[in-house]
Amino acid sequence: MVREPPTADLGARVDIVRAIAAARLEDRGPLMPILHDVMAEFGYIDRADVIAIAEVLNLSVADVHGVVSFYKDFRTAPVPSHIVALCRGEACQAVGAETLYAAARDAAAAGDYGPDTEVEHVFCFGNCALGPSGTVDGRLVGRLDPDRLSALTQDWLP
Amino acid sequence: MSPVWWVPQDASAVSVGADEVAAALAAAGAEVRRNGSRGMLWAEPLVEVETDAGRVGFAEVTPADVVDIVAAGAGHQKCIGVVDEHPWLAGQQRVSFARVGVIEPTSLSSYADHGGWDGLRKALSMAREQVVEEVVASGLRGRGGAGFPAGIKMRTVVGTEADQKFVCCNFDEGDSGTFADRMIVEGDPFTLIEGMTIAGYAVGATEGYVYVRSEYPHAVATLRRAIDLAYTQGFLGADVLGSGVRFDLHVRVGAGAYICGEESSMLDSLEGKRGEVRAKPPIPAVSGLFGQPTLVNNVLTLCALPAIVAGGGASYAELGRGRSLGTQVFQLAGNVARGGIVELPFGVTLRELVEDWGGGTRSGRPVRAVQVGGPLGAYVPPQQFDTPLDYEEFAGIGAMVGHGGIVVFDDTVDMARMARFAFEFCRAESCGKCTPCRIGSARGVDVMDEVLAGRDIDANLILLDDLCETMTKGSLCAMGGLTPMPVRSALRHWPEDFADPAEQHQGAR
Repeated sequence: MVREPPTADLGARVDIVRAIAAARLEDRGPLMPILHDVMAEFGYIDRADVIAIAEVLNLSVADVHGVVSFYKDFRTAPVPSHIVALCRGEACQAVGAETLYAAARDAAAAGDYGPDTEVEHVFCFGNCALGPSGTVDGRLVGRLDPDRLSALTQDWLP
Repeated sequence: MSPVWWVPQDASAVSVGADEVAAALAAAGAEVRRNGSRGMLWAEPLVEVETDAGRVGFAEVTPADVVDIVAAGAGHQKCIGVVDEHPWLAGQQRVSFARVGVIEPTSLSSYADHGGWDGLRKALSMAREQVVEEVVASGLRGRGGAGFPAGIKMRTVVGTEADQKFVCCNFDEGDSGTFADRMIVEGDPFTLIEGMTIAGYAVGATEGYVYVRSEYPHAVATLRRAIDLAYTQGFLGADVLGSGVRFDLHVRVGAGAYICGEESSMLDSLEGKRGEVRAKPPIPAVSGLFGQPTLVNNVLTLCALPAIVAGGGASYAELGRGRSLGTQVFQLAGNVARGGIVELPFGVTLRELVEDWGGGTRSGRPVRAVQVGGPLGAYVPPQQFDTPLDYEEFAGIGAMVGHGGIVVFDDTVDMARMARFAFEFCRAESCGKCTPCRIGSARGVDVMDEVLAGRDIDANLILLDDLCETMTKGSLCAMGGLTPMPVRSALRHWPEDFADPAEQHQGAR
């Protein structure tokens, strides 16, 4: 596959990523905090970011890529407008999480949560006595059911 | 003078509306302070008001209740009386959780007023070896799940020569059904800071790291704020309380990998690598973070240290039974009527926890199974509920206490599906380093799919047993090694769910 040359925007972005990485050079084992910083800045980690971080830290691109791909939180593509994350851990399953998750996937596919919403699953938010639990754009919600989820995502409808 | 109102800022309380209740109270002119949760999660949002009799509580408060509650006070129908006297709390023996829900989490004066820093001050007045021996005498065992004697681990770090040693706190509390680490850090973060500083002094480590999972943003924020405050008053830094002892503390956030709760994966992640399990030996106490001697402990283990040092190891050891000494912070979760934190000495039975404290299921249906100790723990049937919670007693019935998580299921649960889920979870979260776990988990899902479809059940159950044996004996760590525990317990106690799938697995129950 032939890669497109970086755009001017990507060039500016790479400068920012280099600065982020350089700011943590004195830390012990700085790669994870750097990747979190890039996620906070841009929402995802681009291939060009990986190369830039590898250069600044004097690591191989493979090393950095290996870390990015190991951890679920590190996204490598732009994020959707909204994210619903539902717990599928045992404690939430005991109060109907699997049914809720299936219903939410169907609802999202039907556009019930707006045009650009992703429903993903997580194993445990540590809210196991008040399940089913989930996050709605990062906000933790307990005792969830399909109606509550619809109400919380109403504003995302066009 | 108008009374002070308390509304928890704990993530669980917030997940069911505590922030909105706090805002409604403030709008009604009340003076609002934020505490951690008392652990009565079934009553959240649990609002309290200070009175001459003590702090009076109101359960499951909504913003719409606020005006009436302020007007009616203890006469309101949601009033549950003085919270400290509520039988659900008064019957517990809170040592680690003594301050959680009582104090303002990031108030240094509130912490100091409730016995904070007594343990650290005493530790700094003792020789390092004495501190280690107090921990040995307490009988404290690692609360993360493995139950290794904490004092012995300290001795190993002390006995290993090195220029730099570390203390690492494993706060990657990924087991479903566990939330005690999260709640103690959100409700009483200085206890962890104090415990880690004591540990650092005892083993000669000048630097500590707390590895927190990314699913806990509230805890990360509270802990970072508490650490900043501790530095300003000299509880951390180059000269802890003027003793000349250095201890620096850093927070590092994970990125959605369950396996990083395994201590060697956590160390690799802290070093900026993929969270892959290391072969042992060497153990981390000898060669841990960046190859240096490292004391790795769970949050609750480190949080127990201030009380052990302040009160003496011997008095801590008076609690509990056998070789399971002190208290355990049990976490009641899942389909349970009164879920939350129950801290009691070891030896309480599962029946007392599930029936007396938990009040049975939330759904009102009969309890069918309880999973103890997280996703890698066994499913325990009601006929074994009289087993005392004790590391050895639970090992004796093919189960484990683990981190103290207790997940209740009612009679609608399909245990063959839970067995399949154990493999599915392992397939998703395996680090991939060793073959039994990486491939065994995927094959386990396949075999369970065959069983659930009713194809060659007898032959597939033989295959399943073989697979479990291979994973148990051949895996590098507890992830692959213990995934068979929930699977085998489900098959042992509920064989009917595996035997007749055509009837059992179409929602007939």
